This record gives sequence, C-alpha cells and structure tokens, in this order.
Amino acid sequence: MRKRASHGRRRRRSHVVISLAPAMKRRTFLLAGLGATGALVLGWGLLPPRQRITPSAPLPPHDGEVPLNGWLAIGTDGHVTAYVPKAEMGQGIHTALAMVIAEELDADWATMRVAHTGIDRIYNNVATIVDGLPFHPDDDGVIRRTMAWLTAKSMREVGVMMTGGSSSVKDCWEPMRLAAATARAQLVQTAARAWKADASDCTTANGVVRHRDGRTIGYGALVASATPLASPGTVALKAPRDFRLIGTAQPRIERGDKARGRATFAIDVRPAGMLHAAIVHAPVLGGHATRVDDTKARAMPGVRAVTIVPPLRGSTGGVAIIATSHWQARQALAALDVTWDDGPAATISSADVTRALETAVAADDGFAYHSVGDATAALDGAATRLDATYRAPYLAHVTMEPMNCTVVVRDDGAECWAGTQVPGLARDAIASVLGIDAARVVLHEQYLGGGFGRRLETDVIAQAAHVARAVRGTPVQLVWSREEDTRHDFYRPACVARFRAGLDAQGQLTAWLAHSASQSVVRAYARRHFDIGLPGIDKTQSEGSYDLRYEVPSVRVTHTHVDLPIPVGFWRAVGHSHQAFFTESFVDEAAHAARRDPVDFRRVLLANHPRQRAVLERVARESGWGTPTSPAPDGAPVARGVALHTSFGTTVGQVVELSIGPDRRPRVHRVTCALDCGIAVNPNHIAQQVESGVVFGLAAALNGEVTIDTGRVREGNFDTIRPLRLPEIPVVAVHVLESAGHPEGLGEPGLPPVAPAVANALFALTGVRLRTLPLRLPDSVPLPVTPAAT
Amino acid sequence: MITITVDGTRHELDVDPSMPLLWVLRDVLANTGPKFGCGQALCGACTVHVNGAATRACVLPVSAAQGKAITTIHGVEGPVADAVLAAWDQVDVVQCGYCQPGQVMSACALLAVNRAPSDGEIDTALRGNLCRCGAYQRIRAAIHAAAERLTGPGAGSGSGSVRGTAG
Repeated sequence: MRKRASHGRRRRRSHVVISLAPAMKRRTFLLAGLGATGALVLGWGLLPPRQRITPSAPLPPHDGEVPLNGWLAIGTDGHVTAYVPKAEMGQGIHTALAMVIAEELDADWATMRVAHTGIDRIYNNVATIVDGLPFHPDDDGVIRRTMAWLTAKSMREVGVMMTGGSSSVKDCWEPMRLAAATARAQLVQTAARAWKADASDCTTANGVVRHRDGRTIGYGALVASATPLASPGTVALKAPRDFRLIGTAQPRIERGDKARGRATFAIDVRPAGMLHAAIVHAPVLGGHATRVDDTKARAMPGVRAVTIVPPLRGSTGGVAIIATSHWQARQALAALDVTWDDGPAATISSADVTRALETAVAADDGFAYHSVGDATAALDGAATRLDATYRAPYLAHVTMEPMNCTVVVRDDGAECWAGTQVPGLARDAIASVLGIDAARVVLHEQYLGGGFGRRLETDVIAQAAHVARAVRGTPVQLVWSREEDTRHDFYRPACVARFRAGLDAQGQLTAWLAHSASQSVVRAYARRHFDIGLPGIDKTQSEGSYDLRYEVPSVRVTHTHVDLPIPVGFWRAVGHSHQAFFTESFVDEAAHAARRDPVDFRRVLLANHPRQRAVLERVARESGWGTPTSPAPDGAPVARGVALHTSFGTTVGQVVELSIGPDRRPRVHRVTCALDCGIAVNPNHIAQQVESGVVFGLAAALNGEVTIDTGRVREGNFDTIRPLRLPEIPVVAVHVLESAGHPEGLGEPGLPPVAPAVANALFALTGVRLRTLPLRLPDSVPLPVTPAAT
Repeated sequence: MITITVDGTRHELDVDPSMPLLWVLRDVLANTGPKFGCGQALCGACTVHVNGAATRACVLPVSAAQGKAITTIHGVEGPVADAVLAAWDQVDVVQCGYCQPGQVMSACALLAVNRAPSDGEIDTALRGNLCRCGAYQRIRAAIHAAAERLTGPGAGSGSGSVRGTAG
C-alpha cells in the first residue's frame, strides 16, 4: 500500500451547541462573516469537517452512477463524476476540482466527468468569508486564529454557496480530498471483502484496485456493493510528494464543447414552449417606472405581455415585454411610453462623486485597518516627505454573455436556468419574488459566459421570476441588451486615496500613511441580498492597501466609506483592483525619491517576507530587469515597469515592457509574470488565469471608465466600453514558483499588478507620474524618442 | 415566406424579413451556436459564414441571407475547420468560452483564404472578435498551429501551445 501522510489536523468534536434563537441565527452569522466585528456569538461543534462530505439529500442517480458522498459518483462502467459546487466561468475550476477528486480517488483521469451539485449547506463557501475578516495577513495572533476558526464553523452552517473571491480550490481542497480518499477506502474495503483479503494488501491506481497477488478489479464493478467505512477516521490524505495528477498541466475538460458551440450557457437554454423577454430600465440608476402606456407595444407582432418590473435585489426598475422572439420583444420596447421616477441619483454626476470622495479623504481619518508605530510623528521627522493623491473610476464587469435568466412559474413552484455565482441566493431571490418556499424552486446551473463578480448578483434572476409570472406555465427567457448590461451594473466603486511617505536621509522608508475613500461593497451587497444594515467596516475596500507587506517601521492605513446612490458590487480583484495601483505606484515614487532601483528598493523592504521576495527576484530575472531594452517595432523607445502584489493568498510579480504609440497611447509589448500560489493544481490553467488577469487589468488600466451624467451611465455598447482587442495584446509569459503551501487563489491575483506596472513603466519612459485611472498621457508630455533618432 | 439554408438544411420561415439572422437562428431555429453579445457588429460573438465569409449575424437582416449558404459553428466542417478545432483543443484556448464559436468561425474564414497568416494578418482578421477573458494570445497561437496542421509536413501535429513553466 502506498504511503499516506496522516491527516493530523483532526479537530476535536465538541458538545456545546449554540443557543441563539433560530430566527436570529442566520443574520448574526452573516454579520460576523461579512467583515463586521463584534457580533460573533457562536458555539463550537456546529459542523465538524467530516460533515462537509455527506449532503442532506443524496446526489441524484443518473447514467448508472452510484453516489458515494456529496462530491463524487462512480458509474458501473467505471467512469467517475466529480460533483462540483462551483460555477465554471472560465477559471477552469471544473477541471481543477475534477483533478482533486481523481488524485485522492486514484481514478482514471480519462474517465472523469463533471456535474454541478445541487444546493446544500455542505457546499457553503467557508474560505472567502474567513478571508474577509479584517486582519493583516502577517497577523497570526490568537484573536485572528480564533475568529477565523469560529467564522469557518459558522459559515459551514449558515453561509452562502458561492463561487468568488478566488477561493474555490482553497475552499474545496480539504472536503473534496477527504471525500475522494474516503470513497477510495470504501472501494478498497469492498474489494478486500470480496477477495477475503486484507485491505492493507490492496493498492489503487487508474480506477482499479489491485491485490499484491496480482488480482485486479475496477471501481465500476465494486461501486454498487460499496458500503460505508467501518471507521472513517482512519482515512488519510496523500502527501503532496505522492501526487500524480495535481501539479501536471491538464487541458480544460469542457474545451471541446465550448469551441464547438455545444456548451450550454444560460442564454442558450431552450425549454419547450419558451418565450423571450427584453427589458428597458429607468435611465437613472435606482429609478423605476410609475406608469406605462403599452397600447402600441401590445399591438406589435409576437408580443404576448408587458409588465412593469419593480426594483429587485438592488436593480433599477424597468418595463419588460414578452414576445415569441427576443428581437420582437426588443422592437416593441421602443413603442412603450413610460413615465419614470428618477430617484435620488438624478442629481449625481461623476464630478460630484469625485468631490465627495476627495472631501472624505481630506476631512476624515477613517477606520484604521492597519497601524504600526506612530506614522504621523515619523512622517513629521522624515528627511524627505512624499504626498500624492490617486484616483480610480467606476468600472463595469462587461461579461461577454449579457445578463439573462430563464424561469417558468408553475402552480407547484418554479424552475430556473441561470449562470450564477450564488445558486442559493438565486433560488432565494426567486422564492422571494414569487412568495413561495425556496424548496419549491429548482435551479439548473449553466456555464457562465464570464462572471468577474457580476454574477454574484441576483437582480436579473429576480426580474426573470417577476416577468415569468405574466405567463404562468410557460418558460420565459429574459435577456438584457449590451447597453442595459453596461448601464445597470453594480460597479467597482470609484475611489480616491491620499498617500504620504517619509524617507530618512539614507533613503529608507520610515513612515507610510494611506487614507482612501469609496463606497462599501459589502454594505451594499448585504442590504440588497439579506436586507441588513452593516456597520462601517468593510475590509474589501481597503484590501490591497492595509495588507501592505513592505516592512516600514510605522504604518497607518485607513479607509472611509462614503454613501452614494450608485450601485456598487464585487468586481474582479475587488479592492485590490485599484488599491494595488495606488500602493505599487507610490512605492515606485518612493524608490525614485530615494534614487534607488525599484526592484532593489522593494527587495530591501521584504526581508521578512521570503515568498514575496522570491517572486520579485524571479520576475526580475525572467524579465531581464536591469538590461537594456530593444526599441519597439516602430522604433519607439521601450521602458520597463515593475509591480508586486499579494491578493487572495497569491503573490504575483509583473514586469511590463511598453512604448508609446504616435496616438500617445501606451503600447504594452510584453508582461512577464512570476507567482507563488501555493500548491499549483493545474499549471496550465494557472497560466491561463494570469494571462486573463493581465488582459482584463490592462483594459481597465488603459480604457476602463464608467462615467455618470445626472444619474445616467454614459457608456453603453462596445464602441464606448472598450475591452482590449487582439492587436492590443502583449505577450504574457507566466512563471509559477514551486511551492508546498496551501493552494491559494488564481482567478483574480493576476490582475492587480498590471496597472501599476504600466504606470511605473510610463514614468520610466516619460518622467511623468500618472496617478489617475485610466492612464492617459497629458498632451503636454513630449513623446520620448530613441537616442539614435535624436 | 423567407427561405434560408443553414448548415446545409433549407428552412422556409414565416418571419419579418428585417429580423436579424442571429435571432432567426437562435429563437426560430433554436441554433444557439452563434451568440448574442452586442447587437451592433462590435463583438463578433455571433459570427457565422455567409457564402464562406465571416459575417456578423446580429446585423444581417434575414432577407439578405436568402439564397446564400449560411454556416454556423454547428455546421462548419472540412480540413480547415478540423485543423482549427484540433488546434483550439491542443492550445487549450477557451476560458468562459462564450465568444469562442465566433472566434473559431473567424479563424476558419481567415485560414480558408490565407493558409499561413502572419501575426498582423491574424490581428486584422480577428480584431472584431472580443474576448473578455483575454484568451487572445492562445487564439493567435492556435491559428498558427492550425496553419501548420494545414501546410506543415506533419499535417496533423503542429506546435503552438502556450504553457506556464514550473519550477
């Protein structure tokens, strides 16, 4: 039998049970988990780790499969289906989690399939909520550990099933490995019993149990008679050195179906008799329809129903039309005569937002998320002082698959087809709109045509349920236009931040102060999904700033939440998306003020952070940092910029090489990336996610901006909201550092460093420091020329 | 009545002649291979072939497609399509995958007329196909790999994969 490491971190079961009133339980826990402090009133022993293996109802049997627990089923033909509770939105999580199952099960990788789980508390996301606690990552004190443990416990019980926060592998790592190892032990026990042999004489590989005497039997022949383990506590997990599949580059399981148009996104479902709906929202964010004259619209071809859609789950109100095709519904929208109530946002424009944030930064010190020493005094005593203000705009998610959802309302409940990052909340939203019990809603999760945090929202799902009521018994697919999608998003909050730093006479950083102001995403999300008001702490808006790894003797990082009537949400990398730009640009400013090389300057500040330092050194080496650059193909000079950032547990270093085109726009030629994400489950998709993060982050750095004009979003279709196109794409090279650490996040960490690396390269090239996103070179800046051309 | 031929099958349809081909395909014929992304020919997710040319179905009135051969991702076939799809698998291009049928159709149309496109020619041919996941460098690599499959001595192998390095 192959060696297995003992699973040493078994937690003691306890018998103390919480004593909260049931009605209070959920809200109190959410309060605790969503980043607030103080409200943790939890008991021990809510849901021991092992209880994340068995769901409250068994997996549905199909294709001759026998489910062995909540995470996998084995067919009598020997194929294995990994049941995954995570949405596949491009991040490769179905493949990664199938690898985790196959590894511990010793399954035959070629037979692996993937299916979505249903909704069950064992699938609640624990990792993200624990990561949401406002502790500095270097803090390993007893309070932090206790809070993390208590929160993990409570979230298993009452948390949310969610794909997000770059947490999926991290969250499923232990329960899935334990589930697969338990199933493997069951199969071994069953084979041994049939052979009247000792289980310790049996080994497993590629879906087969083998006795030392040479007898073999496939998992498919065993599964029907597999029985629960006599003593489940004896199951051990593989030591990482024994991994055969994890750590190898595997292709995406669903790649063939997606390339051939066979994969079904929510917008592609076609239940029998389905009708199509289109919606027009109030032009002002937060507005709604007070009256509609639909006489003309109802007379148009194919139109079946017109319905006012109230604001739901944070959405702006609107009017929807159901027709036999989406195009007919859309044509008829133009014939509506709607009276809108604008709501409070009608007086707000982008300049007002910036002013409100600037006022907050100037007037209020904010909540201190991290404080070391007396930073103000240290700044006063510094030989050199830096003071800079940075700005970031609202951003839209812009998933390629526009917002959509399909619902049929029947007398006995409802059925829904959606691509959602929060299936439990989606089900609850439908139940709430229809006034029925959530148990009567069946949700069919589909592939997501992009998520990036947009599909953490349930607005379009609630709308589809509302609209489908107009034609009970008939499925209705509600699809937003691209313009509606851009103009009625939950935006990455705009943010203003003031950074100050002090350097001593030797150029060493002695003081670091950052104070930022933005709307709170967590508070907004909690209000629209749980109808609760949270207190003021939301670390997601200070993350990327307060969790500074650089070792500065005195640090003070604060954030102020500003309430504004613009809907905000979780956007890829959340606070890191802009705080990394501020922080890594300002570190670069400090390096230049100290007349030091930006890589060397950072390295010295990471003496006690070996993982960050190793990533920095690797990216410097791989990028040729310090060596001369070749001119761009058009002859323009090229400069490098570096940035290093840790988010969602993963540290990414990037070096950008860019020139400036004759149109004054940056041309990014190459982005060299190095990263430490702990154990690398699938290096292929790790590279893919970093490539993706770079392109996504670069689009934001160069083009990304949502502007508000009297409560209306100006941008609409792809002529005004501009993701990057193929000719604008740099070469992205990804280097994954070998690591034995717990697997960490990947969907987001590739994004944050790219904007500051670009800004730092632009500074190197022009001597001009750009502190506002998106990065636009002022007309007054002369374009650099190659020495040869001068 | 409008008569169109989609993936080799003739359909007689009672639809508004001004209805864009995309909605005829998706909502009348239930062919959901071509995707809706923008409705203004700005993203390429709806790309189909009309008489072999990459065409944005979201802005083409169905009446303009009468009498022409319409090919969707579900009907595209032949050596070029085989090479492109094999290369797409080999390079592991897709992420969320929503734009990919459009990307594949644009790639097939390019390689049908240019068996050895340069980076610049690929950029020009596919600049109308947005990918929000940023799979672009793999798209470029896969088109080169498909070109190698079509013209290279091995015809069936070909390189072009993009991988992260470990260690």
